[in-house]
Amino acid sequence: MIHARGLARTFRKKKQEVHAVAGVDLDVEAGEIVGFLGPNGAGKTTTLRMLTTLLVPTAGTATVAGCDLVADPVGVRRRIGYVSQSGSTAPEARAGEEVVDHARLYGISTAEATTRGKQLFRELDLDGLWERQPKTMSGGQRRRLDIALGLVHVPGLVFLDEPTTGLDPQARANLWQHIRGLREERGTTVFLTTHYLDEADALCDRILVIDSGRIVASGTPDELKSQVGGDVLTVTVQHPDQAGRVAALMGALPGAEAPQVTDTRVVGRAPHGGAALVSLVRELDAAGIAVAGIESRRPSLDDVFLGLTGRSLREEGAPSAVPTEQLEEAR
Amino acid sequence: MSTATTALPTESTSNLARDTYTVFARAMRMSLRNPAWLVISLMQPILYILLFGPLLEPLSGQLGSGNAYQLFVPGILVQLGIFGALFVGFGLIAEYRAGVIESQRVTPASRTALLLGRVLRDVVVLLVQGTLLVLVSIPLGLRAPWLGVVLTLVVIALLGAAFASVSYALALTLKSEDAFAPLLNAVVLPVLLLSGILLPMTLAPGWLQAISDVNPLKHVVEGARAFFDGDYGSSTAWWGAGLTVAMGVLGWWFGVRRFRQESS
Repeated sequence: MIHARGLARTFRKKKQEVHAVAGVDLDVEAGEIVGFLGPNGAGKTTTLRMLTTLLVPTAGTATVAGCDLVADPVGVRRRIGYVSQSGSTAPEARAGEEVVDHARLYGISTAEATTRGKQLFRELDLDGLWERQPKTMSGGQRRRLDIALGLVHVPGLVFLDEPTTGLDPQARANLWQHIRGLREERGTTVFLTTHYLDEADALCDRILVIDSGRIVASGTPDELKSQVGGDVLTVTVQHPDQAGRVAALMGALPGAEAPQVTDTRVVGRAPHGGAALVSLVRELDAAGIAVAGIESRRPSLDDVFLGLTGRSLREEGAPSAVPTEQLEEAR
Repeated sequence: MSTATTALPTESTSNLARDTYTVFARAMRMSLRNPAWLVISLMQPILYILLFGPLLEPLSGQLGSGNAYQLFVPGILVQLGIFGALFVGFGLIAEYRAGVIESQRVTPASRTALLLGRVLRDVVVLLVQGTLLVLVSIPLGLRAPWLGVVLTLVVIALLGAAFASVSYALALTLKSEDAFAPLLNAVVLPVLLLSGILLPMTLAPGWLQAISDVNPLKHVVEGARAFFDGDYGSSTAWWGAGLTVAMGVLGWWFGVRRFRQESS
Protein backbone atom coordinates (compact mmCIF):
# COMPACT_ATOMS: atom_id res chain seq x y z
CA MET A 1 0.00 0.00 0.00
CA ILE A 2 2.90 2.31 0.78
CA HIS A 3 6.44 1.80 -0.46
CA ALA A 4 8.87 4.64 0.20
CA ARG A 5 12.61 4.73 -0.44
CA GLY A 6 14.93 7.43 0.78
CA LEU A 7 12.10 9.90 1.30
CA ALA A 8 13.59 13.16 2.57
CA ARG A 9 12.56 16.71 3.19
CA THR A 10 14.94 19.56 3.86
CA PHE A 11 13.76 22.97 5.00
CA ARG A 12 15.77 26.15 4.81
CA LYS A 13 15.60 28.13 7.99
CA LYS A 14 17.68 31.29 8.24
CA LYS A 15 20.11 30.04 5.61
CA GLN A 16 20.56 26.80 7.53
CA GLU A 17 19.46 23.49 6.15
CA VAL A 18 17.19 21.55 8.47
CA HIS A 19 16.76 17.88 7.64
CA ALA A 20 13.25 17.35 8.98
CA VAL A 21 13.13 13.92 7.38
CA ALA A 22 16.45 12.43 6.38
CA GLY A 23 15.83 9.44 4.12
CA VAL A 24 12.94 7.26 5.25
CA ASP A 25 12.33 3.76 3.85
CA LEU A 26 9.00 2.22 4.72
CA ASP A 27 6.59 -0.43 3.50
CA VAL A 28 2.99 -0.84 4.57
CA GLU A 29 0.93 -3.77 3.30
CA ALA A 30 -2.80 -3.68 2.60
CA GLY A 31 -4.94 -4.24 5.69
CA GLU A 32 -2.26 -3.30 8.21
CA ILE A 33 -2.57 -0.78 11.03
CA VAL A 34 0.88 0.76 11.22
CA GLY A 35 1.96 3.25 13.84
CA PHE A 36 4.56 5.89 13.34
CA LEU A 37 5.99 6.51 16.80
CA GLY A 38 8.31 9.27 17.86
CA PRO A 39 8.61 12.41 19.94
CA ASN A 40 7.39 15.79 18.69
CA GLY A 41 9.70 17.15 16.04
CA ALA A 42 10.98 13.71 15.05
CA GLY A 43 9.63 14.10 11.51
CA LYS A 44 6.35 12.19 11.81
CA THR A 45 4.06 14.89 10.49
CA THR A 46 6.51 15.94 7.76
CA THR A 47 6.67 12.33 6.52
CA LEU A 48 2.89 12.10 6.63
CA ARG A 49 2.49 15.34 4.71
CA MET A 50 4.83 14.03 2.03
CA LEU A 51 2.97 10.72 1.75
CA THR A 52 -0.34 12.61 1.41
CA THR A 53 1.03 14.92 -1.36
CA LEU A 54 0.84 18.05 0.81
CA LEU A 55 4.62 18.43 0.73
CA VAL A 56 6.90 17.59 -2.16
CA PRO A 57 9.86 15.45 -1.04
CA THR A 58 13.28 16.95 -1.67
CA ALA A 59 14.65 13.46 -2.30
CA GLY A 60 13.49 9.88 -2.59
CA THR A 61 10.59 8.06 -4.20
CA ALA A 62 7.34 6.58 -2.99
CA THR A 63 4.34 4.69 -4.26
CA VAL A 64 1.18 5.31 -2.28
CA ALA A 65 -1.99 3.29 -2.96
CA GLY A 66 -0.48 2.21 -6.27
CA CYS A 67 0.34 5.69 -7.58
CA ASP A 68 3.68 7.42 -7.78
CA LEU A 69 3.83 10.24 -5.27
CA VAL A 70 5.63 12.74 -7.49
CA ALA A 71 4.39 11.76 -10.96
CA ASP A 72 0.72 11.21 -10.08
CA PRO A 73 -0.23 13.14 -6.92
CA VAL A 74 -3.85 13.43 -8.08
CA GLY A 75 -4.05 9.63 -8.32
CA VAL A 76 -2.72 9.37 -4.77
CA ARG A 77 -5.21 11.98 -3.53
CA ARG A 78 -8.10 10.11 -5.07
CA ARG A 79 -7.18 6.89 -3.26
CA ILE A 80 -6.25 8.07 0.22
CA GLY A 81 -7.95 9.70 3.17
CA TYR A 82 -6.12 12.10 5.46
CA VAL A 83 -7.20 13.18 8.90
CA SER A 84 -4.93 16.00 9.98
CA GLN A 85 -4.01 17.05 13.47
CA SER A 86 -5.51 20.49 13.03
CA GLY A 87 -9.03 19.38 12.09
CA SER A 88 -10.76 19.80 8.75
CA THR A 89 -14.06 21.62 9.24
CA ALA A 90 -15.04 25.25 9.68
CA PRO A 91 -16.37 25.87 13.20
CA GLU A 92 -19.35 27.81 11.81
CA ALA A 93 -20.37 25.27 9.18
CA ARG A 94 -22.85 22.42 9.62
CA ALA A 95 -21.26 19.01 10.17
CA GLY A 96 -23.25 17.22 7.47
CA GLU A 97 -22.66 19.92 4.86
CA GLU A 98 -18.92 19.74 5.43
CA VAL A 99 -18.97 15.99 4.79
CA VAL A 100 -21.05 16.37 1.63
CA ASP A 101 -18.95 19.24 0.26
CA HIS A 102 -15.79 17.27 0.95
CA ALA A 103 -17.20 14.30 -0.96
CA ARG A 104 -18.22 16.58 -3.84
CA LEU A 105 -14.55 17.48 -4.30
CA TYR A 106 -13.98 13.79 -5.09
CA GLY A 107 -16.66 13.97 -7.77
CA ILE A 108 -19.27 12.15 -5.69
CA SER A 109 -22.86 13.29 -6.27
CA THR A 110 -24.67 15.13 -3.49
CA ALA A 111 -27.22 12.34 -3.07
CA GLU A 112 -24.55 9.64 -2.85
CA ALA A 113 -22.45 11.79 -0.51
CA THR A 114 -25.42 12.35 1.80
CA THR A 115 -26.13 8.61 1.97
CA ARG A 116 -22.50 7.76 2.71
CA GLY A 117 -22.13 10.63 5.16
CA LYS A 118 -25.17 9.58 7.17
CA GLN A 119 -23.95 5.98 7.17
CA LEU A 120 -20.56 7.15 8.50
CA PHE A 121 -22.26 9.26 11.16
CA ARG A 122 -24.05 6.11 12.36
CA GLU A 123 -20.84 4.06 12.36
CA LEU A 124 -18.88 6.75 14.17
CA ASP A 125 -21.55 7.43 16.83
CA LEU A 126 -22.36 10.86 15.46
CA ASP A 127 -26.10 10.21 15.16
CA GLY A 128 -28.17 13.36 15.39
CA LEU A 129 -25.20 15.69 14.82
CA TRP A 130 -25.71 16.16 11.06
CA GLU A 131 -27.01 19.72 11.47
CA ARG A 132 -24.69 20.66 14.33
CA GLN A 133 -21.93 23.24 14.06
CA PRO A 134 -18.48 21.73 14.72
CA LYS A 135 -17.79 24.50 17.25
CA THR A 136 -20.56 23.14 19.48
CA MET A 137 -19.27 19.56 19.35
CA SER A 138 -16.94 17.90 21.89
CA GLY A 139 -13.30 17.23 21.04
CA GLY A 140 -13.98 13.54 20.50
CA GLN A 141 -17.01 14.21 18.30
CA ARG A 142 -15.03 16.67 16.20
CA ARG A 143 -12.23 14.17 15.74
CA ARG A 144 -14.75 11.56 14.60
CA LEU A 145 -16.26 14.13 12.23
CA ASP A 146 -12.76 14.66 10.79
CA ILE A 147 -12.51 10.91 10.32
CA ALA A 148 -15.91 10.86 8.59
CA LEU A 149 -14.59 13.49 6.15
CA GLY A 150 -11.47 11.40 5.56
CA LEU A 151 -13.52 8.28 4.78
CA VAL A 152 -16.46 9.60 2.78
CA HIS A 153 -14.85 8.69 -0.56
CA VAL A 154 -14.12 5.14 0.70
CA PRO A 155 -10.30 5.28 0.48
CA GLY A 156 -8.36 2.03 0.74
CA LEU A 157 -5.72 3.78 2.82
CA VAL A 158 -6.24 6.36 5.52
CA PHE A 159 -3.65 8.51 7.27
CA LEU A 160 -4.38 9.69 10.81
CA ASP A 161 -2.10 12.34 12.27
CA GLU A 162 -2.04 12.14 16.08
CA PRO A 163 -5.67 11.02 16.13
CA THR A 164 -6.16 11.11 19.91
CA THR A 165 -4.04 14.08 20.96
CA GLY A 166 -6.00 16.31 23.31
CA LEU A 167 -8.78 13.81 23.99
CA ASP A 168 -9.76 12.55 27.43
CA PRO A 169 -9.05 8.86 28.22
CA GLN A 170 -12.61 7.73 27.57
CA ALA A 171 -12.78 9.46 24.18
CA ARG A 172 -9.37 7.99 23.30
CA ALA A 173 -10.46 4.44 24.09
CA ASN A 174 -13.62 5.03 22.09
CA LEU A 175 -11.66 6.32 19.10
CA TRP A 176 -9.33 3.31 19.22
CA GLN A 177 -12.41 1.10 18.83
CA HIS A 178 -13.44 3.06 15.76
CA ILE A 179 -9.95 2.88 14.24
CA ARG A 180 -9.86 -0.90 14.71
CA GLY A 181 -13.31 -0.97 13.13
CA LEU A 182 -11.98 0.71 9.99
CA ARG A 183 -9.81 -2.29 9.30
CA GLU A 184 -12.20 -4.96 10.53
CA GLU A 185 -15.37 -3.70 8.86
CA ARG A 186 -14.01 -1.91 5.80
CA GLY A 187 -10.62 -3.53 5.23
CA THR A 188 -9.02 -0.09 5.31
CA THR A 189 -5.28 0.18 5.71
CA VAL A 190 -4.45 2.62 8.50
CA PHE A 191 -1.24 4.57 8.89
CA LEU A 192 -1.20 6.69 12.03
CA THR A 193 1.29 8.82 13.88
CA THR A 194 1.40 9.02 17.63
CA HIS A 195 3.67 9.96 20.45
CA TYR A 196 1.66 7.87 22.88
CA LEU A 197 3.27 4.53 23.62
CA ASP A 198 0.09 2.94 24.92
CA GLU A 199 -1.70 3.95 21.73
CA ALA A 200 0.93 2.37 19.50
CA ASP A 201 0.92 -0.72 21.71
CA ALA A 202 -2.85 -1.13 21.85
CA LEU A 203 -3.70 -0.28 18.26
CA CYS A 204 -0.92 -1.13 15.86
CA ASP A 205 0.08 -4.36 14.15
CA ARG A 206 3.42 -2.86 13.43
CA ILE A 207 5.36 0.13 14.69
CA LEU A 208 7.96 2.28 12.99
CA VAL A 209 10.03 4.23 15.46
CA ILE A 210 11.27 7.55 14.10
CA ASP A 211 13.79 9.81 15.76
CA SER A 212 15.55 12.89 14.36
CA GLY A 213 14.17 12.28 10.89
CA ARG A 214 15.24 8.63 10.62
CA ILE A 215 13.47 5.34 11.21
CA VAL A 216 15.44 3.68 13.99
CA ALA A 217 13.38 0.48 14.40
CA SER A 218 10.43 -1.34 12.95
CA GLY A 219 8.46 -4.41 14.01
CA THR A 220 5.44 -5.63 15.93
CA PRO A 221 5.18 -4.29 19.49
CA ASP A 222 6.30 -7.71 20.77
CA GLU A 223 9.26 -7.91 18.42
CA LEU A 224 10.39 -4.47 19.47
CA LYS A 225 10.05 -5.33 23.13
CA SER A 226 12.02 -8.55 22.74
CA GLN A 227 14.86 -6.51 21.18
CA VAL A 228 15.34 -4.88 24.54
CA GLY A 229 17.00 -8.12 25.70
CA GLY A 230 14.98 -9.55 28.51
CA ASP A 231 12.59 -8.48 31.18
CA VAL A 232 13.13 -5.62 33.56
CA LEU A 233 14.02 -6.62 37.13
CA THR A 234 13.69 -4.08 39.93
CA VAL A 235 14.82 -4.66 43.52
CA THR A 236 14.40 -2.08 46.28
CA VAL A 237 16.53 -2.65 49.37
CA GLN A 238 16.01 -1.25 52.85
CA HIS A 239 19.59 -0.02 53.29
CA PRO A 240 21.31 1.88 50.47
CA ASP A 241 24.70 0.34 51.39
CA GLN A 242 23.39 -3.09 50.38
CA ALA A 243 22.39 -1.94 46.90
CA GLY A 244 25.86 -2.63 45.51
CA ARG A 245 25.73 -6.27 46.61
CA VAL A 246 22.28 -6.66 45.06
CA ALA A 247 23.59 -5.20 41.79
CA ALA A 248 26.44 -7.73 41.81
CA LEU A 249 24.03 -10.63 42.34
CA MET A 250 21.66 -9.34 39.66
CA GLY A 251 24.48 -8.83 37.18
CA ALA A 252 25.62 -12.40 37.74
CA LEU A 253 22.28 -13.85 36.58
CA PRO A 254 22.61 -15.75 33.27
CA GLY A 255 22.40 -13.35 30.31
CA ALA A 256 21.89 -10.28 32.49
CA GLU A 257 23.11 -6.77 31.67
CA ALA A 258 24.98 -4.66 34.21
CA PRO A 259 22.25 -3.21 36.47
CA GLN A 260 21.92 0.44 37.37
CA VAL A 261 21.78 1.57 40.99
CA THR A 262 19.91 4.63 42.21
CA ASP A 263 19.90 5.03 45.98
CA THR A 264 17.99 1.98 47.23
CA ARG A 265 16.75 0.92 43.77
CA VAL A 266 18.52 -1.56 41.52
CA VAL A 267 17.23 -1.96 37.97
CA GLY A 268 18.57 -4.55 35.56
CA ARG A 269 17.55 -6.72 32.65
CA ALA A 270 17.59 -10.49 32.31
CA PRO A 271 15.99 -12.97 29.94
CA HIS A 272 13.12 -15.07 31.36
CA GLY A 273 12.32 -12.64 34.16
CA GLY A 274 10.19 -15.06 36.19
CA ALA A 275 12.88 -17.74 36.53
CA ALA A 276 15.56 -15.09 37.08
CA LEU A 277 13.46 -13.54 39.82
CA VAL A 278 13.15 -16.84 41.72
CA SER A 279 16.90 -17.50 41.72
CA LEU A 280 17.57 -13.87 42.65
CA VAL A 281 15.22 -14.14 45.64
CA ARG A 282 17.05 -17.28 46.86
CA GLU A 283 20.44 -15.60 46.60
CA LEU A 284 19.25 -12.42 48.33
CA ASP A 285 17.81 -14.52 51.13
CA ALA A 286 21.05 -16.56 51.48
CA ALA A 287 23.05 -13.31 51.61
CA GLY A 288 20.74 -11.95 54.33
CA ILE A 289 19.81 -8.77 52.46
CA ALA A 290 16.62 -7.08 53.64
CA VAL A 291 14.43 -6.41 50.59
CA ALA A 292 11.64 -3.82 50.54
CA GLY A 293 10.28 -4.73 47.11
CA ILE A 294 11.04 -6.92 44.12
CA GLU A 295 9.43 -7.21 40.71
CA SER A 296 9.91 -8.42 37.18
CA ARG A 297 8.01 -6.87 34.29
CA ARG A 298 7.88 -7.17 30.53
CA PRO A 299 9.68 -4.28 28.84
CA SER A 300 7.44 -1.46 27.60
CA LEU A 301 7.74 0.41 24.34
CA ASP A 302 9.26 3.18 26.38
CA ASP A 303 12.14 0.83 27.28
CA VAL A 304 12.44 0.14 23.54
CA PHE A 305 12.56 3.81 22.74
CA LEU A 306 15.04 4.47 25.51
CA GLY A 307 17.26 1.63 24.27
CA LEU A 308 17.13 2.92 20.68
CA THR A 309 17.58 6.62 21.23
CA GLY A 310 18.97 7.00 24.74
CA ARG A 311 15.90 9.09 25.57
CA SER A 312 12.57 8.34 27.12
CA LEU A 313 9.39 9.33 25.33
CA ARG A 314 7.76 10.06 28.67
CA GLU A 315 9.98 13.02 29.37
CA GLU A 316 8.71 14.68 26.25
CA GLY A 317 9.04 18.42 26.45
CA ALA A 318 11.77 18.21 29.08
CA PRO A 319 14.52 20.70 28.29
CA SER A 320 17.28 18.14 28.51
CA ALA A 321 17.63 15.09 26.32
CA VAL A 322 19.83 13.37 28.91
CA PRO A 323 18.34 10.15 30.29
CA THR A 324 17.11 10.34 33.88
CA GLU A 325 19.55 7.65 34.97
CA GLN A 326 22.49 9.84 34.01
CA LEU A 327 21.01 12.87 35.70
CA GLU A 328 20.54 10.95 38.88
CA GLU A 329 24.04 9.55 38.75
CA ALA A 330 25.43 13.03 38.39
CA ARG A 331 23.87 14.22 41.62
CA MET B 1 -8.48 -2.12 -2.12
CA SER B 2 -11.17 -3.62 -4.37
CA THR B 3 -13.96 -1.69 -2.62
CA ALA B 4 -11.98 1.51 -3.01
CA THR B 5 -11.36 1.00 -6.71
CA THR B 6 -15.00 0.51 -7.58
CA ALA B 7 -15.94 3.60 -5.58
CA LEU B 8 -13.60 5.86 -7.50
CA PRO B 9 -15.46 8.54 -9.44
CA THR B 10 -14.82 8.70 -13.15
CA GLU B 11 -12.37 11.42 -14.04
CA SER B 12 -13.09 14.13 -16.57
CA THR B 13 -11.57 17.44 -17.54
CA SER B 14 -14.71 19.37 -16.58
CA ASN B 15 -13.63 18.95 -12.96
CA LEU B 16 -12.55 22.57 -12.81
CA ALA B 17 -16.12 23.79 -13.28
CA ARG B 18 -17.55 21.25 -10.87
CA ASP B 19 -14.95 21.86 -8.16
CA THR B 20 -15.24 25.62 -8.58
CA TYR B 21 -18.98 25.39 -8.10
CA THR B 22 -18.57 23.24 -4.96
CA VAL B 23 -16.10 25.68 -3.43
CA PHE B 24 -18.21 28.67 -4.48
CA ALA B 25 -21.45 27.21 -3.09
CA ARG B 26 -19.79 26.36 0.22
CA ALA B 27 -18.21 29.81 0.55
CA MET B 28 -21.46 31.55 -0.41
CA ARG B 29 -23.46 29.53 2.09
CA MET B 30 -21.01 30.41 4.87
CA SER B 31 -21.18 34.12 3.96
CA LEU B 32 -24.95 34.18 3.90
CA ARG B 33 -25.11 32.42 7.21
CA ASN B 34 -23.01 35.14 8.79
CA PRO B 35 -24.42 38.26 7.15
CA ALA B 36 -22.97 40.59 9.81
CA TRP B 37 -19.71 40.77 7.87
CA LEU B 38 -21.50 41.58 4.60
CA VAL B 39 -23.50 44.32 6.27
CA ILE B 40 -20.43 45.85 7.92
CA SER B 41 -18.42 45.86 4.71
CA LEU B 42 -21.33 47.59 2.95
CA MET B 43 -21.95 50.12 5.71
CA GLN B 44 -18.64 51.86 5.19
CA PRO B 45 -19.18 52.95 1.56
CA ILE B 46 -22.79 53.85 2.32
CA LEU B 47 -21.58 56.07 5.16
CA TYR B 48 -19.18 57.74 2.74
CA ILE B 49 -22.07 58.41 0.38
CA LEU B 50 -24.36 59.71 3.10
CA LEU B 51 -21.92 61.66 5.26
CA PHE B 52 -19.18 62.72 2.84
CA GLY B 53 -21.11 63.08 -0.41
CA PRO B 54 -23.09 66.17 0.73
CA LEU B 55 -19.79 68.01 1.33
CA LEU B 56 -19.05 67.75 -2.37
CA GLU B 57 -22.35 69.15 -3.58
CA PRO B 58 -21.43 72.86 -3.27
CA LEU B 59 -18.08 72.10 -4.94
CA SER B 60 -19.50 70.36 -7.97
CA GLY B 61 -19.10 73.38 -10.24
CA GLN B 62 -15.40 73.64 -9.37
CA LEU B 63 -14.89 69.91 -9.93
CA GLY B 64 -15.99 70.16 -13.52
CA SER B 65 -19.00 67.97 -13.12
CA GLY B 66 -22.65 68.80 -13.14
CA ASN B 67 -23.43 66.42 -10.34
CA ALA B 68 -21.33 65.65 -7.26
CA TYR B 69 -22.59 62.05 -7.05
CA GLN B 70 -21.76 61.38 -10.66
CA LEU B 71 -18.18 62.04 -9.59
CA PHE B 72 -18.23 60.54 -6.16
CA VAL B 73 -20.11 57.24 -6.61
CA PRO B 74 -17.70 55.75 -9.18
CA GLY B 75 -14.81 56.48 -6.79
CA ILE B 76 -16.58 54.82 -3.91
CA LEU B 77 -17.40 51.83 -6.13
CA VAL B 78 -13.70 51.42 -6.94
CA GLN B 79 -12.91 51.74 -3.25
CA LEU B 80 -15.40 48.98 -2.46
CA GLY B 81 -13.90 46.82 -5.21
CA ILE B 82 -10.33 47.18 -3.98
CA PHE B 83 -10.61 47.35 -0.25
CA GLY B 84 -13.50 44.96 0.21
CA ALA B 85 -11.56 42.42 -1.83
CA LEU B 86 -8.20 43.00 -0.18
CA PHE B 87 -9.60 41.97 3.19
CA VAL B 88 -11.01 38.59 2.09
CA GLY B 89 -7.67 36.99 2.99
CA PHE B 90 -8.58 37.20 6.67
CA GLY B 91 -11.32 34.65 6.07
CA LEU B 92 -8.82 32.36 4.40
CA ILE B 93 -6.45 32.56 7.37
CA ALA B 94 -9.30 31.47 9.65
CA GLU B 95 -10.09 28.60 7.28
CA TYR B 96 -6.44 27.62 7.18
CA ARG B 97 -6.27 27.51 10.95
CA ALA B 98 -9.38 25.33 11.13
CA GLY B 99 -7.68 22.88 8.74
CA VAL B 100 -10.20 23.47 5.93
CA ILE B 101 -7.61 24.47 3.34
CA GLU B 102 -5.47 21.43 4.00
CA SER B 103 -8.43 19.07 3.94
CA GLN B 104 -9.42 20.53 0.56
CA ARG B 105 -5.87 20.28 -0.75
CA VAL B 106 -5.69 16.59 0.02
CA THR B 107 -8.65 15.93 -2.29
CA PRO B 108 -8.14 15.56 -6.06
CA ALA B 109 -9.91 18.92 -6.55
CA SER B 110 -8.25 21.33 -8.95
CA ARG B 111 -6.01 23.82 -7.10
CA THR B 112 -7.31 26.59 -9.35
CA ALA B 113 -10.88 25.75 -8.34
CA LEU B 114 -10.04 26.20 -4.66
CA LEU B 115 -9.12 29.82 -5.48
CA LEU B 116 -11.67 30.49 -8.23
CA GLY B 117 -14.65 29.31 -6.17
CA ARG B 118 -13.76 31.72 -3.37
CA VAL B 119 -13.04 34.62 -5.73
CA LEU B 120 -16.40 34.10 -7.45
CA ARG B 121 -18.15 34.34 -4.11
CA ASP B 122 -16.35 37.63 -3.46
CA VAL B 123 -17.31 38.99 -6.89
CA VAL B 124 -20.97 38.13 -6.37
CA VAL B 125 -20.93 39.81 -2.96
CA LEU B 126 -19.21 42.82 -4.50
CA LEU B 127 -21.74 43.16 -7.30
CA VAL B 128 -24.65 43.04 -4.85
CA GLN B 129 -22.99 45.66 -2.67
CA GLY B 130 -22.15 47.85 -5.66
CA THR B 131 -25.71 47.70 -6.98
CA LEU B 132 -27.11 48.62 -3.56
CA LEU B 133 -24.68 51.51 -3.38
CA VAL B 134 -25.85 52.88 -6.72
CA LEU B 135 -29.49 52.47 -5.70
CA VAL B 136 -28.90 54.31 -2.42
CA SER B 137 -27.28 57.20 -4.31
CA ILE B 138 -30.19 57.78 -6.70
CA PRO B 139 -32.49 59.50 -4.15
CA LEU B 140 -29.52 61.65 -3.09
CA GLY B 141 -29.21 63.02 -6.60
CA LEU B 142 -27.12 60.59 -8.66
CA ARG B 143 -27.83 60.90 -12.36
CA ALA B 144 -25.90 58.57 -14.64
CA PRO B 145 -26.61 56.53 -17.80
CA TRP B 146 -27.43 52.91 -17.01
CA LEU B 147 -24.90 51.63 -19.54
CA GLY B 148 -22.18 53.58 -17.77
CA VAL B 149 -23.20 52.11 -14.43
CA VAL B 150 -23.21 48.57 -15.82
CA LEU B 151 -19.81 49.02 -17.48
CA THR B 152 -18.43 50.38 -14.22
CA LEU B 153 -19.79 47.41 -12.28
CA VAL B 154 -18.08 45.07 -14.77
CA VAL B 155 -14.80 46.92 -14.21
CA ILE B 156 -15.31 46.74 -10.42
CA ALA B 157 -16.01 42.99 -10.60
CA LEU B 158 -12.78 42.41 -12.51
CA LEU B 159 -10.84 44.64 -10.15
CA GLY B 160 -12.34 42.88 -7.14
CA ALA B 161 -11.41 39.48 -8.57
CA ALA B 162 -7.81 40.63 -9.03
CA PHE B 163 -7.46 42.03 -5.54
CA ALA B 164 -9.24 39.07 -3.92
CA SER B 165 -6.80 36.68 -5.67
CA VAL B 166 -3.86 38.68 -4.41
CA SER B 167 -5.34 38.82 -0.93
CA TYR B 168 -5.82 35.02 -0.83
CA ALA B 169 -2.33 34.41 -2.16
CA LEU B 170 -0.79 36.70 0.46
CA ALA B 171 -2.91 35.18 3.21
CA LEU B 172 -1.84 31.68 2.19
CA THR B 173 1.78 32.83 2.28
CA LEU B 174 1.66 34.70 5.59
CA LYS B 175 -0.89 32.47 7.38
CA SER B 176 -1.22 34.91 10.26
CA GLU B 177 -3.48 37.90 10.87
CA ASP B 178 -0.64 39.54 12.76
CA ALA B 179 1.46 39.69 9.62
CA PHE B 180 -1.39 40.23 7.17
CA ALA B 181 -3.09 43.20 8.85
CA PRO B 182 -0.04 45.53 8.99
CA LEU B 183 0.78 44.68 5.37
CA LEU B 184 -2.72 45.67 4.25
CA ASN B 185 -2.71 48.85 6.29
CA ALA B 186 0.65 49.84 4.86
CA VAL B 187 -0.71 49.48 1.32
CA VAL B 188 -4.28 50.70 1.67
CA LEU B 189 -3.90 54.28 2.85
CA PRO B 190 -1.32 55.60 0.34
CA VAL B 191 -3.14 53.85 -2.50
CA LEU B 192 -6.43 55.37 -1.36
CA LEU B 193 -5.02 58.89 -1.11
CA LEU B 194 -3.20 58.68 -4.43
CA SER B 195 -6.13 57.32 -6.42
CA GLY B 196 -8.38 60.36 -6.32
CA ILE B 197 -11.23 58.29 -4.95
CA LEU B 198 -12.45 60.95 -2.54
CA LEU B 199 -11.59 64.04 -4.60
CA PRO B 200 -10.36 64.13 -8.21
CA MET B 201 -6.60 64.46 -8.56
CA THR B 202 -7.14 67.44 -10.89
CA LEU B 203 -7.42 69.48 -7.68
CA ALA B 204 -3.93 68.41 -6.62
CA PRO B 205 -0.72 70.43 -7.09
CA GLY B 206 1.56 69.31 -9.91
CA TRP B 207 3.92 67.13 -7.88
CA LEU B 208 1.05 65.23 -6.27
CA GLN B 209 -0.61 64.70 -9.64
CA ALA B 210 2.64 63.39 -11.01
CA ILE B 211 2.87 60.79 -8.23
CA SER B 212 -0.74 59.76 -8.61
CA ASP B 213 -0.27 59.34 -12.37
CA VAL B 214 1.85 56.25 -11.68
CA ASN B 215 -0.95 54.73 -9.62
CA PRO B 216 -3.01 52.57 -12.00
CA LEU B 217 -5.98 52.84 -9.67
CA LYS B 218 -6.20 56.57 -10.32
CA HIS B 219 -6.79 55.78 -13.99
CA VAL B 220 -9.35 53.15 -13.06
CA VAL B 221 -11.23 55.74 -10.99
CA GLU B 222 -11.09 58.28 -13.82
CA GLY B 223 -12.24 55.66 -16.29
CA ALA B 224 -15.20 54.80 -14.07
CA ARG B 225 -16.06 58.51 -13.84
CA ALA B 226 -15.97 58.74 -17.64
CA PHE B 227 -18.38 55.80 -17.84
CA PHE B 228 -20.68 57.54 -15.36
CA ASP B 229 -20.55 60.64 -17.55
CA GLY B 230 -21.60 58.58 -20.55
CA ASP B 231 -18.23 59.25 -22.15
CA TYR B 232 -17.80 55.75 -23.63
CA GLY B 233 -15.53 56.70 -26.48
CA SER B 234 -12.94 58.61 -24.47
CA SER B 235 -9.40 57.37 -23.99
CA THR B 236 -9.80 57.97 -20.22
CA ALA B 237 -12.59 55.41 -20.07
CA TRP B 238 -10.69 52.74 -21.95
CA TRP B 239 -7.37 53.40 -20.24
CA GLY B 240 -9.13 52.65 -16.98
CA ALA B 241 -10.75 49.51 -18.36
CA GLY B 242 -7.51 48.36 -19.99
CA LEU B 243 -5.50 48.81 -16.83
CA THR B 244 -8.17 46.90 -14.92
CA VAL B 245 -7.85 43.98 -17.32
CA ALA B 246 -4.08 44.08 -16.93
CA MET B 247 -4.34 44.09 -13.13
CA GLY B 248 -6.91 41.31 -13.37
CA VAL B 249 -4.53 39.11 -15.35
CA LEU B 250 -1.62 39.86 -13.00
CA GLY B 251 -3.62 39.34 -9.82
CA TRP B 252 -5.08 36.12 -11.12
CA TRP B 253 -1.68 34.82 -12.23
CA PHE B 254 -0.25 35.63 -8.79
CA GLY B 255 -3.10 33.90 -6.98
CA VAL B 256 -3.16 30.76 -9.11
CA ARG B 257 0.60 30.38 -8.89
CA ARG B 258 0.44 30.47 -5.09
CA PHE B 259 -2.46 28.03 -4.91
CA ARG B 260 -0.69 25.57 -7.20
CA GLN B 261 2.42 25.56 -5.04
CA GLU B 262 2.54 23.30 -2.05
CA SER B 263 1.50 25.08 1.12
CA SER B 264 4.41 24.19 3.29
